[in-house]
Amino acid sequence: MSDERRRMAGGLDYRHGRIELWHGSGGRAMAQLIEELFETSFDNPFLARRNDQACFEVGAGRLVMTTDGFVIAPLFFPGGDIGCLAVHGTVNDIAMAGARPLYLAVAMIIEEGFPLADLKAIVASMAAAAKAAGVAIVTGDTKVVERGKGDGIFITTTGVGVVPAGVEISAERARPGDAVLLSGSIGDHGVAVLSKRESLAFETELLSDCASLHDLVARMVEAVPGIHAMRDPTRGGLAALLNEIAQQSGVGIALNEDAIPVAPAVRGACELLGLDPLYVANEGKLVAFCAAEDADRLLAVMRAHPLGRDAARIGTVVEDSRRFVQMQTGFGGHRIVDWLAGDQLPRIC
Amino acid sequence: MSTVRFIDEFRDRTLAARLAEGIAAAADTGRTYQLMEFCGGHTHAIFRYGVQDLLPANVKMVHGPGCPVCVLPMGRIDHALQLAREHGVILLTYGDLMRVPGPERMTLLKAKAEGADVRMVYSAMDALACARANPGREVVFFAIGFETTTPPTAIVLRQAKAEALSNFSVHCNHVLTPPAITSILASASDQESAEAPRLDGFVGPAHVSAVIGYRPFEAFVRDHGRPVVIAGFEPLDVMQAILMLVRQLNDGRCEVENEYTRVVTRDGNLKAQALMADVFELRDSFEWRGLGWLERSALQIRSPYAAFDAEKRFPLKSAAIADNKACECGAVLRGVREPVECKLFATVCTPENPIGSCMVSSEGACAAYYTFGRARPTMAPALADAS
Ligand code: SF4
Repeated sequence: MSDERRRMAGGLDYRHGRIELWHGSGGRAMAQLIEELFETSFDNPFLARRNDQACFEVGAGRLVMTTDGFVIAPLFFPGGDIGCLAVHGTVNDIAMAGARPLYLAVAMIIEEGFPLADLKAIVASMAAAAKAAGVAIVTGDTKVVERGKGDGIFITTTGVGVVPAGVEISAERARPGDAVLLSGSIGDHGVAVLSKRESLAFETELLSDCASLHDLVARMVEAVPGIHAMRDPTRGGLAALLNEIAQQSGVGIALNEDAIPVAPAVRGACELLGLDPLYVANEGKLVAFCAAEDADRLLAVMRAHPLGRDAARIGTVVEDSRRFVQMQTGFGGHRIVDWLAGDQLPRIC
Repeated sequence: MSTVRFIDEFRDRTLAARLAEGIAAAADTGRTYQLMEFCGGHTHAIFRYGVQDLLPANVKMVHGPGCPVCVLPMGRIDHALQLAREHGVILLTYGDLMRVPGPERMTLLKAKAEGADVRMVYSAMDALACARANPGREVVFFAIGFETTTPPTAIVLRQAKAEALSNFSVHCNHVLTPPAITSILASASDQESAEAPRLDGFVGPAHVSAVIGYRPFEAFVRDHGRPVVIAGFEPLDVMQAILMLVRQLNDGRCEVENEYTRVVTRDGNLKAQALMADVFELRDSFEWRGLGWLERSALQIRSPYAAFDAEKRFPLKSAAIADNKACECGAVLRGVREPVECKLFATVCTPENPIGSCMVSSEGACAAYYTFGRARPTMAPALADAS
């Protein structure tokens, strides 16, 4: 249908239209938004039944469930946007349990005045990401808040998946002697987003790494069902993830900085801004902890997958009652890799 | 082919190992070398890359006060809090400052949570943009930093004047490097001489020297008889500078040498200096945390720009506010104490819950010790086991 005809037929005006308060008020405007935008884009039989919930069969096995809120500025960044991020993020949280993701639910809080064209682009991006990940967005909710009471759009996604029998991946299961494997270069997402922040604007060809990792995980679990722990390094970067695992498993981790892949563009931007790539966010990487004897096999499987091409063994779990993450620096010295207090900030000295 | 390159310090590591051998060979085992790196940027690099692991035991680095957030005294933090809480302005500042505890452990971050309009900026230009975007509000940029961040503040003041912005002002806390270094040597040689470390030489500032040049350090070297080597912020720069200092001391030379020739010249950035001279003038005296009141050690806004001077625009109460008694920040900033010698270090005082300013900024010595080095004594064995 052409824009012209759509407008004549009273359809959504994506070219000039904006979200208004009544798009969230439960009336006809909301019904129209759901029907024309969400149902068409997410297109699946659950949504088409227009219930306030989705009802589906589950097979035997254990279910995993997770939820995540997405707040990001800017909403569109090189290599992605808040829409695909909201899908990848939740799919990945499910996948990190070794599970196969099945269904997502989405809640959107949209600020009055938000351009319909942007909303359409975000929804299209979510739909594409969900389709690629083989998950259906089966139920959702939309609220509109007054202008000034939101930051454009907030998205929350909740997901469920099933874990195959025999898989028991959990953050407290890392053991001294375990190998630490990283699926690829760090910092790409954070630097891509930073490059678009007003006032920090710098030229980079870098794209966010945001991707759904469930397929990579499926191969990994198939090869080594006994993976001990797995997590994706998002906010707080690799450093936060390693500290979390050390904390929860009651172990120390010894890293080798030389083994950690970093793209030259990330390295350059970090040097310029005085940031440490270990603390920069990622959206399409994972870290796995497995028994030393499984490490080579697991690494080979990861490297054979497009999302794990640059996978590397970056360190080893050690005994340490203080639960420190320590690192042999590329420079030849050593240091702790600590949690970050507050945000990482560009240097002013 | 993958676009990823592994962290490319292999080459650096070889160079670092070679420099380390050079330092070990040059350092006279019959004496010690106590060298101060003035800048927080150097302190950060030394800890982040583990530089001291590559130095022989008789070459010791003492950490200096060159962290703009650390040296700001309570009274100035109190000004920022007053502006934000009592004068209803939009207060803009660089990030780390928001977490520095002021009187009664109040911080700008807490003030913000209580409803004050405090915002973090990445550059002085952001502050100007904020003033333009909020014509109905008073916007104050709380400017901090050594000579590196001063020219951007000058540009912003000039621009504000050119645009006749009526809602914008700057609270100026820009301080100068040379008087601070001089004061450290002076205090090391008098009252505290018993406990103060002997300082044999200085690793001179990187970015600061790019602006002011290394000429100002020539007088310092002449008057105080300590060599200075200007060095970049990369760890190899620091190692190279240490080697140059050791050699000077061995030869009995006392000179300003420039390791950072790719950026620093003798006269520095004349355009930036002219800009600073146009907008700022010397204050008679300014209080530094740890160093006390130092004459002619900071800048204030010149009278043609008085309309944009927040200290003139708002009635701010200036009280002398004492630091937390147990906090050793002052001594740490003078290089008299190591952070681990402070009783509060890593117990009461942590980066999440800082008592003093040195635990806030990643360039502060306490934060650097805590973040990178607190496992130091037991670190090497664990890493050796792992590999
Ligand atoms: S550890 Fe904390 S209290 Fe002690 S000197 Fe450092 S900042 Fe001050």
